[in-house]
Amino acid sequence: MSVYLLRRLIQAALVMLAMSVIVFIGVYAIGDPVEILISPDADQAERARAIAALGLDKPLWEQYLSFLGNALRGDLGRSFVFNEPALKLIGQRAPATLELAFAAMILAILIGLPLGLYAGLRPDGFGAKAIMAGSILGFSLPTFWVGLMLIMVFAVQLGWLPSTGRGETVDILGLRWSFLTADGLAHMAMPALNLALFKISLVIRLTRAGVRETMLMDFVKFARAKGLAPSRIIGVHVFKNILIPVVTVTGLELGSTIAFSVVTESVFAWPGMGKLIIDSINVLDRPVIVAYLMSIVLMFIVINLVVDLLYSVLDPRVRLESK
Amino acid sequence: MSVTTATPTPDKAPRVETPLQRFISEFAESKLALGALIVFLCIVLIALFAPLIAPQNPYDLAQLDIMDGRLEPGSRNGDDTMTFWLGTDDQGRDMLSGIMYGLRISLMVGAGSAIVAAVVGASLGMLAAYAGGKTDTVIMRLVDLQLSFPTILSALMILAFLGKGIMNVVIALIVVEWAYYARTVRGTALVERRREYIEAAQCLALPTRRIIFRHLLPNCMPPLIVVATIQIARAIALEATLSFLGLGVPITEPSLGLLIANGYEYMLSGKYWISFYPGIALLVTIVSINLVGDHLRDVLNPRLKK
Repeated sequence: MSVYLLRRLIQAALVMLAMSVIVFIGVYAIGDPVEILISPDADQAERARAIAALGLDKPLWEQYLSFLGNALRGDLGRSFVFNEPALKLIGQRAPATLELAFAAMILAILIGLPLGLYAGLRPDGFGAKAIMAGSILGFSLPTFWVGLMLIMVFAVQLGWLPSTGRGETVDILGLRWSFLTADGLAHMAMPALNLALFKISLVIRLTRAGVRETMLMDFVKFARAKGLAPSRIIGVHVFKNILIPVVTVTGLELGSTIAFSVVTESVFAWPGMGKLIIDSINVLDRPVIVAYLMSIVLMFIVINLVVDLLYSVLDPRVRLESK
Repeated sequence: MSVTTATPTPDKAPRVETPLQRFISEFAESKLALGALIVFLCIVLIALFAPLIAPQNPYDLAQLDIMDGRLEPGSRNGDDTMTFWLGTDDQGRDMLSGIMYGLRISLMVGAGSAIVAAVVGASLGMLAAYAGGKTDTVIMRLVDLQLSFPTILSALMILAFLGKGIMNVVIALIVVEWAYYARTVRGTALVERRREYIEAAQCLALPTRRIIFRHLLPNCMPPLIVVATIQIARAIALEATLSFLGLGVPITEPSLGLLIANGYEYMLSGKYWISFYPGIALLVTIVSINLVGDHLRDVLNPRLKK
């Protein structure tokens, strides 16, 4: 096991290193940093001095090494726009994104599970067909357009919910959270639903498939023969069995939910990491772009690593195969 | 299986269905998929002939009048010479014409990137399956890595490096999509290459390239076609998303996504049509392609054959 763990750790570190090279070359070498970092009014001598100060006259590999060294110390440069350390900016915006992503996951389970259960129990009924058609729509509709329609209906036409922004927040542990105030929850409702839409469809499909499979199992027949009430068979025996894949997949989807919140945050002007990266790309705030990409890549590598390790604990075949 | 209704005359041999005919009749069994295909073909025709049928050239500034800006659907223009059936945007541009021209860009980017990604992905997948060993490992590691990141993140990263522009969006979509094709083709090719006809071709000492492209590839086509259909829809949706975020196509060549983004600020003041109708066009396009793809999967899947 420890050999396997070590191998996977080394692999993850290599992937992270490769990604850092790609991001560095992509952001610092393809574009011309001189254009952005140095004011166009500067004369020749000033330019030369600034280039030397920024280390831009050194060969690319040397620049990369100093970038890597700084990155390992948690220094990814200062934002040109906010004049603050880029990583600090990401950290400030992270709670908004995380709370939105978690709210979306919770909604996906709360809405998706009952609908999927219903569709699985009565697969030929009209309701089930409507639910499945709805889930196809949930997969194929572009998120941003659904978000706009939500704003149009619930904010502009009906006026029930605020259209954009984050609303009132509460400070806990020095970070701002909006899920503890009524105003914050009202602001969060539409973005969370919007972000959840794709996952709701996913949970519906998983649950339906699981229910249809489980209902044919011997233990369900046995429970029926024993004379248990249908509500108990479904609520306890079937439910427990379908929960395993549903929870695994939704857990795995957390990373992609955070990535896709870029779109939802832009639609609803939700001040999270996603909004920050889009704004930064538009004004070419390179340190922030790099900091966002590196931290999100790191997050994905960690998630993948943890999932792989969990699988190898649960399923010995994975471990043996890789020997 | 479909039954031929015509009674065969005794002096004529019973008609043999070619695979293509069988495929067409099986596809036509689903009225929904057939309807979706017809809708999609209409959309393609509209996009192809937009310059001929659009009431206005939305990029010809001489035809635009800023006084016609943000008119409601169905209103007439200032000179009372034409009706804006779907309203106008802030530049006084007819939305119907804008949507027709936007469809051209959306379809072009979606189909173009899907085709290149299919060629790249299928070649690499085929190579991985046929060569095996180290080549296989390296290619499939890359595929795994690519698929472990969400599409939007990879696309965002590439556009952050390259900047806006139609070509850059196409490149981003290709990078995002190729892995799906590679994985599908490799899976099919691994099964197919153990079949007798490949063995026979190898015994005849045919060149490897010929075996791969003339023998292996045609037999890997069905799943490839299914993936390609779904991926075109995904590419169109992703392009629209990127353009909406302001990272995609430039403002001079608006796709549907950018049209929707342009109307975003006016929606809060109740002027819904600038965003709404391009969205409907996008929606109909994506859903019709998905319905066709969904049914193709059923028809082309040998495991579901009756």
